[in-house]
Amino acid sequence: MNMNIQELLDHIEVEFDEIEKGTLHANSSIRDMEGWSSMHALILIALVDNHYDVLLTGEELKNALTVQDLFDVISKRKA
Amino acid sequence: MLPVVSKIEFYLPQTILTTEELSEQFNRDFQLTLKNTGIRKRHIRKLNQIGSDLGFEAAKKLLDNFPEYYSKIDFVIFCTEGLDYKAPTTSSTLHHRLGLKEECGCIDMPMGCAGYIYGLSLADSIIKSENATCVLFIAADIPTSVIHSGDFDMRVLFGDAGTATIIEKKETGGFGKFVFGNDGSGAKNLLVERGSTRSPIDIEYINQYADEPQNLAHGRMHMNGLEITRFSLEKVPYLLNKTLDKNNVLFDEIDLFVFHQASLIILKSLKRKCKIPDSKFYVFLEEVGNTVSCSIPIALYHAELEGKLIRGNRVMLLGFGVGYSWGGTILEY
Repeated sequence: MNMNIQELLDHIEVEFDEIEKGTLHANSSIRDMEGWSSMHALILIALVDNHYDVLLTGEELKNALTVQDLFDVISKRKA
Repeated sequence: MLPVVSKIEFYLPQTILTTEELSEQFNRDFQLTLKNTGIRKRHIRKLNQIGSDLGFEAAKKLLDNFPEYYSKIDFVIFCTEGLDYKAPTTSSTLHHRLGLKEECGCIDMPMGCAGYIYGLSLADSIIKSENATCVLFIAADIPTSVIHSGDFDMRVLFGDAGTATIIEKKETGGFGKFVFGNDGSGAKNLLVERGSTRSPIDIEYINQYADEPQNLAHGRMHMNGLEITRFSLEKVPYLLNKTLDKNNVLFDEIDLFVFHQASLIILKSLKRKCKIPDSKFYVFLEEVGNTVSCSIPIALYHAELEGKLIRGNRVMLLGFGVGYSWGGTILEY
């Protein structure tokens, strides 16, 4: 499966509609996203599972600081 | 003639806690919390109300509306995670409080979010084996009694409720086969500490929570939301397929999917993952939150009220949660 990071950024922006469109970048910090709370971690786990069929572990999510990190861990799991 | 869900009634305690109040209290964005949880309010028990009291109110309401069941009910099942006593069974005291006839079996089932499925299967089996003809299945839970006042994620999610369901033989409809599963390794991810015999409440515990509004005398619930979400996303699609296979029913032949109302995040994600169309996926969270073993019967009641569930429909019921435990069936309503 060909993955690109823009697609992941788009998915996150659609899911978290409190984020202003086009403001999220690969190096954006996940936990600094607008209104971030523990609930968003659950939404992110569900989003990644729905779009990439990858069920991230708590550890993997904890270690992913930026969207790029998240993309990398998904890519690794898909490889 | 096969056993089927014949009547459902429910009761909600009068005290309401809104998501707006909670958001204000915890300095959270109300609209964002509402969007993410899908829950506008939940009902909270009075300090002197326990699960069986809510179950009693639901059953009494049902019996007041249909008094003919006083003479028909010959088995009572009570499902809750908060029984009255270690002994006797709470179903036995409920049976007495309701004034049911003496020729009646009574059994408790201390189960959580999969409890409704387990109770239905028990009722179905007892009737099919001709050991009873009419089962009163009471499910009631008071999760707010074991939630610490500082635990926002749980306070926003859970609500208290009681339900009563009559299962009896009817000309049409019936239950399909049931699927069950269990993984006790998940116990640590959703657990009420100090809730029972292992590590019972001591003076240190009481002093620690002396100022708690709900006093936490029934124990304190701990939930690892991330692990519960992972479990649900992994296990429920499997349970759905297993339930279809075991019943030789095709996905498109299901008229309505009613899952345990765990949380909006989990339900939305499961709907997407299992490719269930909006029109066939019923959600009832906004007014009550996650009511544990009561969530499926409350959802069925409202689905029927809204005309989304009609007699003759084929409904898939899936329960999953604390344990981990899970169960599913197909009900021809």
